[in-house]
Amino acid sequence: MFSEEGQKELERMLSRYPIKRNALLPLLHLAQQENGGWLSEESIKYVAEICEVSETHVEGVISFYTMYKLKKPGKYHLQICTCVPCCLVGGEELLEHTESKLGIHAGSTGDDGMFSIEEMECIGACSFAPAIIVNEDYHEKVNPESMDQLIADLSNNP
Amino acid sequence: MDMPVEKKIVFELNGRSVEAIEGETILEAADRIGVEIPRLCYKEGIRADGNCRACVVEIDGERALAPSCCRYPTDGMKVTSNEGKARHSQEMVLELLLADMPDQKNSPYSLDSELDFWKDKLGVQTSRFPQRHQPVEDESHPAISVHLDACIQCTRCVRACREEQVNDVIGYAWRGTHSAIVFDLDDPMGTSSCVGCGECVQACPTGALMPAESVGLKKADEVVPSVCPYCGVGCLLNYHVKDGKLLRVEGRQGPANQSRLCVKGRYGFDYVHHPSRLTKPLIRKDGVPKTKELLNPENWRDVFREAEWDEALDFAASGLKKIRDDHGQRALAAYGCAKGSNEEAYLLQKLVRTGFGSNNVDHCTRLCHASSVSALLEGIGSGAVSNPFTDVTDSDVIFLIGANPVSNHPVAATFIKNATKNGTKLILADPRRSELARHATHFLQFRPDTDVAMLNAMMHTIISEGLVDENYVSRYTSGFEELKANLEDYPPEKVAPICGIPAETLKEVARLFAGSPASMILWGMGISQHIHGTDNARCLISLSLISGQIGRPGTGLHPLRGQNNVQGASDMGLIPMVFPDYQSVADEKSRKWFEDFWGTELDPKPGLTVVEIMQAVHAKEIKGLYVEGENPAMSDPNLNHVREALTMLDHLVVQDIFLTETAGFADVILPASAFPEKTGTFTNSNRQVQLGRQAIDPPGESKQDWWIIQEIARRMDLDWNYQSPSEVFSEIRQATPSMAGITWERLEAEHSLTYPLENEGDPGEPVIFKQGFPTETGKARLVPAKFSRADELPDEEFPLVFVTARQLEHWHTGSMTRKASVLDQLEPEPHVHLNPGDLSRLGIDSGNPVTLESRRGSLSAFTQEDSGVPEGSVFMSFAYNEAAANLITSDALDPFGKIAEVKYCAVRVTPGGSPEMRLG
Repeated sequence: MFSEEGQKELERMLSRYPIKRNALLPLLHLAQQENGGWLSEESIKYVAEICEVSETHVEGVISFYTMYKLKKPGKYHLQICTCVPCCLVGGEELLEHTESKLGIHAGSTGDDGMFSIEEMECIGACSFAPAIIVNEDYHEKVNPESMDQLIADLSNNP
Repeated sequence: MDMPVEKKIVFELNGRSVEAIEGETILEAADRIGVEIPRLCYKEGIRADGNCRACVVEIDGERALAPSCCRYPTDGMKVTSNEGKARHSQEMVLELLLADMPDQKNSPYSLDSELDFWKDKLGVQTSRFPQRHQPVEDESHPAISVHLDACIQCTRCVRACREEQVNDVIGYAWRGTHSAIVFDLDDPMGTSSCVGCGECVQACPTGALMPAESVGLKKADEVVPSVCPYCGVGCLLNYHVKDGKLLRVEGRQGPANQSRLCVKGRYGFDYVHHPSRLTKPLIRKDGVPKTKELLNPENWRDVFREAEWDEALDFAASGLKKIRDDHGQRALAAYGCAKGSNEEAYLLQKLVRTGFGSNNVDHCTRLCHASSVSALLEGIGSGAVSNPFTDVTDSDVIFLIGANPVSNHPVAATFIKNATKNGTKLILADPRRSELARHATHFLQFRPDTDVAMLNAMMHTIISEGLVDENYVSRYTSGFEELKANLEDYPPEKVAPICGIPAETLKEVARLFAGSPASMILWGMGISQHIHGTDNARCLISLSLISGQIGRPGTGLHPLRGQNNVQGASDMGLIPMVFPDYQSVADEKSRKWFEDFWGTELDPKPGLTVVEIMQAVHAKEIKGLYVEGENPAMSDPNLNHVREALTMLDHLVVQDIFLTETAGFADVILPASAFPEKTGTFTNSNRQVQLGRQAIDPPGESKQDWWIIQEIARRMDLDWNYQSPSEVFSEIRQATPSMAGITWERLEAEHSLTYPLENEGDPGEPVIFKQGFPTETGKARLVPAKFSRADELPDEEFPLVFVTARQLEHWHTGSMTRKASVLDQLEPEPHVHLNPGDLSRLGIDSGNPVTLESRRGSLSAFTQEDSGVPEGSVFMSFAYNEAAANLITSDALDPFGKIAEVKYCAVRVTPGGSPEMRLG
């Protein structure tokens, strides 16, 4: 199920939790990493079994926390913040621009699997608004032009 | 002993002084004194959650309102529930929740919506709030409709599924306005791991979860309190009846079920309305020969003709009489029924003993716990359980061996699961990994057939490590030295390679069991159905006794009884060695008492048992057989031999509700009444005698079983004139000292009474053997057992082990459950369970058919991959006539209990084949 390294990490994490179910959140993050950024049914069942909890318990957890992804994202997952500070300096416009540029709505992935967009609540980068996260990297003070450039750069790196 | 005084708390509710009992919430106190406070997420019997806020009250001096379902009153507290802030808030909650309903007014799915009830009470008409985006319906389950547009997220279903039944299927997912009830990973209910117990439906206040086919919108004409007809748990239930038919079933508060039911009890009832019910007596046509092939009930006219009752009864009785007169009294035998009432069982054994003139009467207990009972009678002088299974919630350790209660005693299993959630340790020993394994602290997947070795090794540890309760052993047991000497041969290190469990694990569970304050042993057919079944049970009894783990709440011995009334039928003497209340037929004093009581001479020779009766037919010793409600052509081992015997009988009388596989061999068939069509008492696994009440009439010309037995008796020159089951019960009380104090009137009022209850007014005794045992010395006898192997071991020709097992959806030979539409839809086909490794070795894909052959018979069925099944074994249910597992099984007998070894024989599996055509 996991890579050799992932399996090692899993065992390291489990060793820190005397009660297995308490390792649920970090193990789900690990499973998400191992599975290319999202939680498949297989990976959910695997974690449920390891943590000795029911599948429906895990479903309650992963659907509650937005950082667990239940759909396969694009190769580049554009997470655009539209919370108050970002919104005041063009976050919403940036989101709309990106949507029309890529022809997809927030919450979906393009047909070619390259890009997906997600509208975010505060990502903690208010000083550098409007801010976005691409996969795990922050990009700050983004405007439609720099977004176009970013998309072009990423497109050249499939 | 002084009883602890209950502390009272005095507080004020709506200006009125109220006395609350300590531990009672404001809501419970209000309910008790008749003050109504609205509530939706609260339901008696389920943990209070306080999430809906419909029950909020104002407490003087507190800023925020408090949910009365979770708040405990204190002395001097002033509480207001019916005006001001509290009432406004309650109304607002109802209005907000009403906005969720499809038309913002009433539940469209239930006539008994609690939301409708409280909104009407508080005068909330409609909602000012916008509607939500409504989820679509889910009709994927055959028994349950899911309409989440009527869901108010009270989570009663979640708590019912996860905390009460502990099935862990229903969850609460998403957040905020998107929050929703889900099954597993948001699957449709029908494809989820739902076991269909319907506890969620019973818990739902709005009809979002309802029985399928809009049953919630039909109003019952009558609600009849009764008992479940399936297993030995003995759940109390209510039959909802409309236009003379059963509309639905709901769980009712009872000592064994606390309102819970399983899928069979709740949804397996419409067999009673099946079109193939027998409604008229049938007589075999002249000249139609009996053959070993099963009769397709659709073709009954080829073999039988309809007859009037008088003709059929005369024919049935005269045939029996002729055999008795021509060939002697022991040429007749009868099979009684563990599904029938105590009254029916009592009458049938009385008919055989006083009318047939022998003790040749037995029933399916012989294939069930006969070996356990013989070990219990020998060891502790009583064949019944020492504690109810509900006692497991008081246990520190549960040792469960050879039983799969999740499938076979589902509601008993819920109490085991509740206990483990509360910290009770579960040691589960079973060759097959069952669902309970995930709740077990120790799961011992030992090799089939090695029970005695494994249990002896545990006792060896208890003795060698000084864990014996020496005070208990010297005071209440005999034979310890012999037991100890025998156990010397079973050190865990030596036994480990035999049973497949590491020595250290055997020691660990032995220490755990012996050292805990209260350990309880429960067991099932995995122990009893072996030629060494009595030895298996002897070991469990000794294990309990040497550890002093018996005679207190939460500790003792509980063989989980199979049928709803197998305990009662045995108590009534529907077995060949004993009269009612286990009084031996060979004992001069007992026999003399019954001779006086029944006014006739009685046979001092114990009669033949189930398997022996069939062997005696082959030996031409038995020529006439009366089968009331049993189905030996499916249930007995080595079916080819049994079916052949059935063709050899001169006269076979079958009394049943369907034309069963056995009835096809009959000379005359008498149409009888199904469970909801009769009134009578039924005794469950916990020794609780419970009253089943008639809810509907038997169809057509079918009759009450007790009436049919009496008519046969009269025609065999017995002067019987019982007018009702209650009259029979009065006679039972006289013949059964341990039930002498139970009155029909008290049963009508209290529904359930536990024996021993010797004097009227006694409370009954749930826990027995507190001060020794009902033996001559008052001491229990420790009986050593030596490890021996099964009668037929696998070899080159037949390399695998065949084990019969149960499944949740089907009962016994399937005669009822396969005619119950929901259960049949859930499990329509016979499956052979194999380990993935064996499947791949045999080159078979799961789902493809295989042919099974033993030295006695063969069958074909579909495979099912089951990683819980150990390698080298094949598990199968015996409910399917198109692939009858008992064609394969062995009729080798345990020498003491005379039980057949249906849990172990050698078999060969080859790919291919197709199941025969299903009959009926």
